[in-house]
Amino acid sequence: MTYEAVIGLEVHVQIKTRSKMFTRVAAGYGQPENTLTDPTVLALPGALPVMNKAAVDAIIKAGLMLGCEIAPVCKWDRKNYFYPDSPKNYQISQYDQPICIGGTVEIELPGPARNIQGEHKGIPLTRIHLEEDVGKLNHGVGGSLIDYNRAGTPLMEIVSDPALRSADEAYAYLQSIRTSIVYAGISDCDMEKGQLRCDANISIRPVGDTKLGTKVELKNLNSIAFVRDGIAHEIARQIAVTKAGGVIVQETRDYDGIAGTSQSLRSKEMAHDYRYFPDPDLMPVKVDADWKARLAAELPERPFDKQRRFMAAEADGGYALPYTLASVLIPDRELSDWFEQAAKLAGAGRAQAVGNWIVNDLLRELAASATVLATAKVTPAALAELVGLVAAGTLLQHSAKEVFADMVATGEAPAAIVARKGLAAAPTDTAELETWCRDSIAANAKAVAEFKAGKESALNAFKGAIMKAAKGKANPKAVDETLRRLLAAL
Amino acid sequence: MTTPLHFQTVTELSAALAAGSLTSVALTEAFIARTHAVEARVQAFNSYDTDDALAQARASDARRAAGQALGPLDGIPVGMKDVIAVRDQPLTASSKILAGFVSPYDATVTTKLRAAGVVLWGRLNMDEFAMGSSTENSSTKVTANPYDLSRIPGGSSGGSAAALAAGEAPATLGSDTGGSIRQPAALCGVVGLKPTYGLISRYGLIAYASSLDQIGPFGRTVEDVALLLQAIAGHDERDSTSFKAVIPDYRAALTAPRTHPWRIGIPKEYFGDGLDPEVSAAVQGAIAYYKSLGAEIREVSLPHTPYALAAYYIIATAEASSNLARFDGVRYGHRSAEADNLHALYFKSRAEGFGSEVKRRIILGTYVLSSGYYDAYYGRAQKVRTLIREDFIKAYGEVDVILTPTAPTPAFKRGEKSDDPLAMYLADIYTIGVNLAGLPAISIPCGFTTAGLPIGLQLIGQPFAEADLLAAAYAYDATHDWAKRTPNL
Amino acid sequence: MQIDIDHLAMLSRLALTPEEKVKFSAQLGDIIGYIEKLKEVNVDGVEPTAHATPIFNVLQADDPRPGLSVEDALRNAPVQRDHMVVVPRVVE
Ligand SMILES: [Mg+2]
Ligand SMILES: [Zn+2]
Repeated sequence: MTYEAVIGLEVHVQIKTRSKMFTRVAAGYGQPENTLTDPTVLALPGALPVMNKAAVDAIIKAGLMLGCEIAPVCKWDRKNYFYPDSPKNYQISQYDQPICIGGTVEIELPGPARNIQGEHKGIPLTRIHLEEDVGKLNHGVGGSLIDYNRAGTPLMEIVSDPALRSADEAYAYLQSIRTSIVYAGISDCDMEKGQLRCDANISIRPVGDTKLGTKVELKNLNSIAFVRDGIAHEIARQIAVTKAGGVIVQETRDYDGIAGTSQSLRSKEMAHDYRYFPDPDLMPVKVDADWKARLAAELPERPFDKQRRFMAAEADGGYALPYTLASVLIPDRELSDWFEQAAKLAGAGRAQAVGNWIVNDLLRELAASATVLATAKVTPAALAELVGLVAAGTLLQHSAKEVFADMVATGEAPAAIVARKGLAAAPTDTAELETWCRDSIAANAKAVAEFKAGKESALNAFKGAIMKAAKGKANPKAVDETLRRLLAAL
Repeated sequence: MTTPLHFQTVTELSAALAAGSLTSVALTEAFIARTHAVEARVQAFNSYDTDDALAQARASDARRAAGQALGPLDGIPVGMKDVIAVRDQPLTASSKILAGFVSPYDATVTTKLRAAGVVLWGRLNMDEFAMGSSTENSSTKVTANPYDLSRIPGGSSGGSAAALAAGEAPATLGSDTGGSIRQPAALCGVVGLKPTYGLISRYGLIAYASSLDQIGPFGRTVEDVALLLQAIAGHDERDSTSFKAVIPDYRAALTAPRTHPWRIGIPKEYFGDGLDPEVSAAVQGAIAYYKSLGAEIREVSLPHTPYALAAYYIIATAEASSNLARFDGVRYGHRSAEADNLHALYFKSRAEGFGSEVKRRIILGTYVLSSGYYDAYYGRAQKVRTLIREDFIKAYGEVDVILTPTAPTPAFKRGEKSDDPLAMYLADIYTIGVNLAGLPAISIPCGFTTAGLPIGLQLIGQPFAEADLLAAAYAYDATHDWAKRTPNL
Repeated sequence: MQIDIDHLAMLSRLALTPEEKVKFSAQLGDIIGYIEKLKEVNVDGVEPTAHATPIFNVLQADDPRPGLSVEDALRNAPVQRDHMVVVPRVVE
C-alpha cells in the first residue's frame, strides 16, 4: 500500500515592533536579562494590557499579503495554562474570532533541475491570529532561570489547512511565508533569533483515502532545513510504524535536527483544557475599509507576482529574465528592487545582463567585503552604465569585470574608471581597425575561401591577428562588422 | 461640643486646612492617634506607615505655606483598600499568597490621589482578593463592625468602611465587584459609591473579576464622596476598559438647579422575601421623604433580577479563576517550602497561599469555563447579563434613578454564615445587578435598627451620570444627620 | 450534580486535602445547583455581554517608555540568580 502525508503547519512570527504587544516597554532581542519588563509584562498584581496599534497594523498587512479576509470585528481571548515562562499563566490570543480568516500561500515546488522552475500551487490558510510571546527559560543545574525580556512580544500565528502533502511542500510553504512577511516589513523572520517558529501536524493515510489519520504534532523545528528534514523523518516514521502493523498514537514529538531523530514529549500533564474566554481587559477591534485601504497602500508587490513580471517578455512589461536569475533576485525584496532600477536605466534588451552582473558579481563582491546592499557604494545607475558600455562594445567583458570591482570598492562611475585605467576597447579609430582587418584577411587566403564557401566559423581565423595587433582590446563587435564588410567586398 | 477631628467630614477638614486653622501634620497625627486608640478593637488596617504618612503631610503643609495647595484634598489622609498598588508599600489583598509583597509601582488612582495632595494612609483589610461580603475571608485579621464589635463590617471592602466609621480615616477607597463598597457602607453607616464601569481606572487594582470591578470612594457624606470621585475619575490610557467620559464638577452638581422633579423608580423585585422588616421600614421612610420633596415615585420592573446572582457567580468566578492564575509563587508571592519541583511549586504554593473561599471560587470558575460547559454556563451568563442590562436601560426610559435597599439585612454576627457560602452570596442580591449592568450606584445611610445597627439605601444611576446620582443622594443625605451618629468605641 | 473535583483542582493548580475535596464538592454541588437556574431564561437571539461599557479599538502608539529596573522587577522574587527568577528545573 502507498501512503500520502497530510501536513498542517502552525507558524509563529514575531512582529517587529518597538514596544510590546500589550504594554509600552521596549521589545528587543539580546538585551541583559529582565531589563525589558514592566508591571504588565511581569503580570504584577493589578497590571493591565493595552494593545499596540503597530502590531495590529502588521497582522492586517500580513493578512492582506496572504489574501486573507480581514474580519470586520475581532476579539481577544485568554488561553489558560500554567507554565513558568508565561507570567499571567494565560496567554492573550484569539480563539473564535481571529483577525485574519482564510487566505492562500502560493508556493513553488522544486523543479526537475535547479535551473528549471517547478510547479506553483496555492496552500489554503485557516487563519492568522495575534497573540503574545512568552519569556525564556534557561535550564541549569540548580533549576531553570527565567528571563522575561521576550515575554509579551507580539506574535502572529499563521495556521494552514491540513493541505500540505510532503516535506518539500512544507519547506516551500515556509519559504514563501517568510518571503512575504519580510517583503512587507512585518518581521525579519530570523529563525535563529526565534523570530519565526514552526510546528507541524502530520498524519498519513493510504493514497485515495479522504479520512484524516491520527496526527502527531512535531515541535522544535527551529531551522528551515529542520522543518523539511523533521517532516520527512516523521512521515517515514509513521509509514514504518504502520507497515510494521503498529498504530500511530496522537502525541507531541520533539525533533532533534542535529541527530535527525525525534522523541515523544511525554505529556507530564493531563489533557489540555485551555478554558478560552473573552479577555475582559481588552476591547474588540473593528477594522473598517479605510483602515484596510491605508495599509494596503503600503504593501509591496507579492513576491511571486514580481517573479512572474520579471520573467515576462519585455513586450509584456517584463524583463525576460531566466528563472535562474529571477529565483535568486526575488526572495530578496531590496535586491530585486535594485535590479529593477538598474534594468530600467540600462534600457531594452539589457535586463538579463544586469541580472547576471547582480547574481554573479555583485552578490559575490558584497559577500567578500561583508557589505550589505543598503550601504553598498555601487548604484543601480552605475551598473546600468557599465552594461551600456559593454553592450556598445566600448568595454570588453573581461575589462568590465575589473571596472566592476572598482565600482564596488570605491563607488566611482564606470566611465571614469575606464578612462583612468585606459580600459576602453581599442581602437577607437576605425581606420586603424580597418587596416588590421585588411592585413589579417590578406594573410589568410584559406579562411577567405572557406568563409566565401559559407563557413561562418572561418571568421574566427582572422581575429587572433587582429586582437594581437590591438593588444587584446579590440572591440569584438566592430571587428566582426568590419571583417564582414571587407570580405563581402572581395 | 465640637466634633473631634477624626469624625469630621473631609469638607470640614478641607476648610480648616484652607483657613490655616489646621495643618496636615496635626490632622494626620490625629488619625494616627485615633488609630492607635481603636485599631486593636476594629482591626481595619493590614498595614500603615506613620513615617511615610507624616512625610506626605509635611510636604502638603509646605505646599500650602508656599501658596501651592493642590485642591480641596491636599493634606487629607485617605485610606486605601489593600488591593490598590502604592509604590514601596505592601500590597496583599489580605491573602497569604501576597504576604510580604511590596509594590514596585503606583496604581493610577494612587497617582491621581498623589496629584491631589492626598496623604496616602494605610492599607485596609478586606475579604481575600475581594471575595466575600463580610471581611471574614481575610487571611490577616477579622475586622469588626464599629457599631457592634461582634458583627461583621460587610465586605469585601470591610476595612475601608470600618476604618471610616471608627474615625481611623476621614475617607477611604474600596473596590466593588458585586457590592463590595455599597454593602459595607450600608452596614457601617457611611456613604459608599460604586462608579460606572470605566469611569475609574483599574490599573493597579488587583483584579477579582475584571469586567465587574470598579474602585470607588467611601465618605461620611455624599459631598465628601463627590470630592473624592473628582480626584480619581477620568480616562486612563493604561486601562483599555477606561471610558473617555467628560468629567463634570461633581460637588457643584450636588446643588445644581433641576429642570424637573426627581423620577424615582422602585423595582418591585427588590422588595420581596428575605428583606429584613427594619431595613424595609427605613427604606420606605426614605422613599416617603423623597416623595415629600416632590419626587415622582414609580414602580418599575427589572424582571431578570432573580437570575442576577447566578449570572454573577458564573462570570465573576470564571474571570477570577484566570485572573488569579498569576499568583503562582514564581515571580513574587508565597512559594511553598516544599516546592522542589514545578508541580509542587504550583500546587502547594497556591494551596498554602489561598484561603477557602478563594479556592472555592477558582474551582467554580474553572468548572464553568471548562471544556463542554462553556456554553451552558459562561456563554449563557453573558447573555443573561445582556438581559439584565436591558432591564435597567428600559427602566431608565421612565425614571432618573432607581432606589432599593443596599443589603437585605443589617450586619450579621461574625461566623454566622461562614459555612454556608450560598447564604453568604445572598447578601449581595441587591447590589450585583448594578455591576453586571456596569451602572453607578451609591449607598447612603437611611436609619438604624432598634439594636443600633446602620441601614443603607441604594440609589442606582444611569451610565456616567454620577453627577445626577450624587445630586439625588445629596437631596436626602444633606437633610439627614445619620452621618453625625458615630459608634461608641 | 457530579463534579470531578480532582480534574478541577488539577486545572486550577491547587493541592486539595481529602477533607477539602469532600467539602468543596458538596458546596460546589449546591452552588452549581443554584446557578442551573439560568437554564430557565430564554436567551434565544440574545447577544452576550463581555464588557459592561462597549468600547472598540483601544490601541496605543508603538512608542516605548521606560519599564521597571531589574531591581524592581525582581524585588519580590522568592528565588533569583543572575538577574533571573529561579524555579525548580523544568523538565522538557
Ligand atoms: Mg498553536
Ligand atoms: Zn500560538
